[in-house]
Amino acid sequence: MPLPRLIPCLDVADGRVVKGVRFQRLRDVGDPVELGSAYSDAGADELVYLDVRATIDGRSALLALVSRIADELAIPFTVGGGVRSVADAEALLGAGADKVSVNSAALERPELVSELAARLGSQAVVVAVDATLGEVRSRAGSAPTGRRAVDWAREAEERGAGEILLTSIDADGTRDGYDLELTQAVSDAVSVPVIASGGAGSAAHVADALGVAQAALLASILHEDPTRFETLRSELRELGIPLRDAA
Amino acid sequence: MNVAVCTYGAGNVRSVVAAFSRLGASAFVTANPTDVVGADLAVLPGVGSAASAMAGLGERGLDDALRERVAEGRATLGICLGLQLALDESEEDGGVAGLGILSGSARRLADGRVPRIGWAAVEPSGEAFYFAHSYAAETPAATARSEGLVAIAEAGSFLGVQFHPEKSGAAGGRFLAGCLSRV
Repeated sequence: MPLPRLIPCLDVADGRVVKGVRFQRLRDVGDPVELGSAYSDAGADELVYLDVRATIDGRSALLALVSRIADELAIPFTVGGGVRSVADAEALLGAGADKVSVNSAALERPELVSELAARLGSQAVVVAVDATLGEVRSRAGSAPTGRRAVDWAREAEERGAGEILLTSIDADGTRDGYDLELTQAVSDAVSVPVIASGGAGSAAHVADALGVAQAALLASILHEDPTRFETLRSELRELGIPLRDAA
Repeated sequence: MNVAVCTYGAGNVRSVVAAFSRLGASAFVTANPTDVVGADLAVLPGVGSAASAMAGLGERGLDDALRERVAEGRATLGICLGLQLALDESEEDGGVAGLGILSGSARRLADGRVPRIGWAAVEPSGEAFYFAHSYAAETPAATARSEGLVAIAEAGSFLGVQFHPEKSGAAGGRFLAGCLSRV
């Protein structure tokens, strides 16, 4: 098994990194190029960029900004937000993304996952699942879908998703800990890697998440003080989590 | 030193160019066989699935260009799927003939979560590199392994790596610098 992964997440709106609580009350926390580069230098295992306005605005993620970030990184880079077609995904890979994350469009038309996997390979296809009380929401958490998170994760895997990025809307931004029950249920339901997201407030929370998922997404816990990433890594090592030597 | 990075389908070849550029090499993306034959170093990055990749290489004449380079003893680097394509065959997509530069075949991973995604140590050095793959090479040309899987394979002037050096931070940068120094 590869090492557990720590993945800082840049939620971007209007060209700035933002963070809210339970997907609401977004506030500005910084410049995406600066933050992405800082996390890469500090030993991030990957970086995720989610354009949280793209679907709402009816467009794909901003390619020029994606390229500016990608050119600063020597680690894998996943980009999501507004991906509705293979052409959207190819444009993002061409701009320097290694993987694309799909969410709302795949819920509306699940064949999109199959098409992306056939064209790009499963390793480049992340299906993001936002869930509250075990039920999937689309459109940045605003629209109920009636699907159970475990069922949708399983279908996404069958269609060729290479990873499931599972965000608990209930835990998002609270810093009260990941939704371990939901994460465990989804992790048990699929055999692709699962990235746990939402709720990190301490190293112990992250260690718990890495006990049930293969990677942990980090946002609120980092952005107010990006140097927190390095201390978090050493705290996790002290808790016995094996992390790569970034030097 | 110029580095020709083959493009033949959908995928991120930009980061391979960026990684070599950071090392001071003059790297460029190309689908032109003449560029690929003539470059100081040619790189075959992994893009898409085995069948679409072999078709994409064939349509552009890049398959023959790569074989010609290797036959002439000129340095050639295959990354991820680029390693698997160099083999005789892959069982991906129902079975696909490869370039035949390395003997052996690519087989679907049987253990653990697949795709195998993340950083893992490469033995004997023990340094961690980033992997993202569902198939792995089985070849007598293996020179390094990661968790028992082939991580590096070499035959003549061809060097294939299952991991992504261009995505492997400082360790990856050192690896690519080593590739340039061998040219």
